[in-house]
Amino acid sequence: MIDSLWLLVLGMGAVTYIPRMLPMVTLENIQLPPFWNRFLRFVPFAALSALIFPGILSSTGNMKSALAGGVIAVLLALLRVNLVLIVLGGILAAFFCM
Amino acid sequence: MSMEGAASQAGERLTFRDGAKAGIPVAIGYIPIAVTFGLLAKSAGIPDSIGVLMSLLVFAGASQFVGVNLLAVGVSHWEIVLTTLILNLRHFLMTASLSRRIAPGTSKKWMALLSYGVTDETFSVASFRREQNLSPSFVLGLNLIAFLAWNAGTWIGLFLGAGLPQSLQASMGIALYAMFIGLLAPSLKKSRPMLVIALLAAAIHSCLKWVPLFKGLSAGWGIMIATVLAATVGAMLFPEEASA
Repeated sequence: MIDSLWLLVLGMGAVTYIPRMLPMVTLENIQLPPFWNRFLRFVPFAALSALIFPGILSSTGNMKSALAGGVIAVLLALLRVNLVLIVLGGILAAFFCM
Repeated sequence: MSMEGAASQAGERLTFRDGAKAGIPVAIGYIPIAVTFGLLAKSAGIPDSIGVLMSLLVFAGASQFVGVNLLAVGVSHWEIVLTTLILNLRHFLMTASLSRRIAPGTSKKWMALLSYGVTDETFSVASFRREQNLSPSFVLGLNLIAFLAWNAGTWIGLFLGAGLPQSLQASMGIALYAMFIGLLAPSLKKSRPMLVIALLAAAIHSCLKWVPLFKGLSAGWGIMIATVLAATVGAMLFPEEASA
C-alpha cells in the first residue's frame, strides 16, 4: 500500500514538474514572432483574472464575507498599499463579515 | 542609458533576499491552506509520510487537494496522475510567459531549478514586477520562501492538528485572492488593453463555470482555456506593444 503511494506521489510530482519545466528550459533564449511575444505578455493578466474570478466567491465558504474581502482588497490595491497589508486587510474584512 | 536598459539592469541586480521579501505575501497565504491540506490528508487516512512527501515533491495546492480527495474515494492511481497533469497544464503557459522575463544568459540548470517553484502565486509575483529582466537569485528567493511556507504549513496540519479557530481559517481562504487583486488592480488602472483582456478572461472563466454545457470541465482546463482565449484576443486586438 505505502509503496504504491510513494509511486503515486512520484508520478504526481513528475506530471506537475514537466509542464512547469519544459517552457522554462526550451523557450529561454529563443526569438519568438511578435504575435507570440504579445500573447505571452498578456498571459499574466488573463491568468490572474481567471484565477480570481469566479473562484473568489467561494473562497471563504460564505459569499458575503468573500465579497467584503475582495472589495477591501481592490480598494487597498488602488491606493497602492503594500501587498502584505492588502492580504491582511482582505482576511480581516472577510473575518468580520462572516 | 534608455529607460528600458535601466529597468532591465535594475531587475538583474535583484538579490535572493529581495525575492524572499517579495514572497512574504505568498507565504502568508500558503500557510493556512497548507495547514488545511495537512488536516485533510490526516482525516482521509493518508500516511503522514505521504502527506509530507506530496508537499515536497508535488508543491501544487490544487493538485494535492484533488489527489487526496480522489485517494479517499478510492480512485485509481493512474487516474489521479492524469487528473494532476490536466490540472497543471496551465503552468505550461505561465512558465512560457515567465521564461521571457528571466535575465538573458541564465543557464538551463538554473531554469530547471527555478521551474520547480513556479506556482500560480509565485508566477504572479514575479510577472508583476516592474523590472523587465529578473535575476535567477530573485526568483529562487521568491520560490523558496513560498516552498518553505507550504511545507511548514503541511507539517503543522499533519502533526499539530487544527490550531486556528474555524472562522479565522475560513476567512484566510481569501488571502491569496487578495494578493492576486493587489498585484493585478494597479496595472489594470494604468493599461486599458490589459483591463479589457482581464475582464474578458474573467468573463470566459465564469461562462465555463456556470453554463451547464461545460459542467464536466475540470478547474485546470477552465483557467487554461480562459487564459489562452483572452491572451490571443489581446495579441490580435492590440498590435502595438502593450507595456507590461
